[in-house]
Amino acid sequence: MKLEILQALNAERAARRPAVVITELASGAQRLLTADQIDGDPLAAEVHKLLRMGKSATIEAEGRKWFIHVHAPTAKMVIIGAVHISQVLAPLARTLGYDVTIVDPRTAFASAERFPGVPLIADWPDVALPPLQVDRYTAFVALTHDPKIDDGALLHALAQNCFYIGALGSKKTHAKRLDRLSAQGASAADLAKIHAPIGLAIGAVSPAEIAVSIMAEITAQLRLPQPLPS
Amino acid sequence: MPSTLDRDDDILQAAQQWHQSGRGVALATVVETWGSAPRPAGSSLVINDEGVFLGSVSGGCVEGAVVTEALEVISSGTPKLLEFGVADETAWQVGLSCGGTIRVFVEKVGAP
Repeated sequence: MKLEILQALNAERAARRPAVVITELASGAQRLLTADQIDGDPLAAEVHKLLRMGKSATIEAEGRKWFIHVHAPTAKMVIIGAVHISQVLAPLARTLGYDVTIVDPRTAFASAERFPGVPLIADWPDVALPPLQVDRYTAFVALTHDPKIDDGALLHALAQNCFYIGALGSKKTHAKRLDRLSAQGASAADLAKIHAPIGLAIGAVSPAEIAVSIMAEITAQLRLPQPLPS
Repeated sequence: MPSTLDRDDDILQAAQQWHQSGRGVALATVVETWGSAPRPAGSSLVINDEGVFLGSVSGGCVEGAVVTEALEVISSGTPKLLEFGVADETAWQVGLSCGGTIRVFVEKVGAP
């Protein structure tokens, strides 16, 4: 790999922008595609498909074999609510490779003693979230149960097009939440993206079990093929 | 922090840093898998000319052999495409116990 390609690739990765390296396997010839260069590439269709899945693969085209190496940004998780579930979810997500940040304006909850080693921001979401650069490679989880904290955070997550957005609360609680968010201008299509009640239905009862069900739902959203946006 | 989602981040950073500090460096990347391969395409290993490596291409089954080949690639500068699997005649030494087959592309960092 040429040093220029490696340096440019590392720069794209540091900026959390997707990048793709294409290698012709017989000769070793390589090219780097940044996100805005993909459309102009002869293999654009295959690259887009693999990028959507976050997968790398060898394909055959023009009678040759090409390795398409997809470098999607590392997934982040933002948790709204330094609650009991978060005490399990945060370390679990870190084990799975996510960069985790917890936001909760209630300082009694957001204490370092309760969350050793996890970045905590004891501020309101409208202050805490913009610097976090929430993006489509972010799993966003709202767990406070408090509309004053969760609602604005969820609108931010929808605007940033997070790949997963989940909110704690029963069907009834969620119906009320949808009414409130809709009154604040969220579209029906956007609201349908919120996973609630949060987590896969595995009969979770304890906070730790709920954390597992949330993590499983996020993993499914990340890894299972999703219907293409129309 | 250990990461199973995207550990190649650190690996590519290490590749650049090692190269900048004057070491010979190679990258080995899984480019194709068949059957139940332990790590997916895109998984990579960075190796320097002292045989120090980071990352994995198989979860431990064939890394030793890949490092040996990588040292050769570092000195020759010519990339190699390696294949490992149970069908290999060397399977008993460096095969994948899970029964899969993987192809690994090994290239020198800073190749012209």
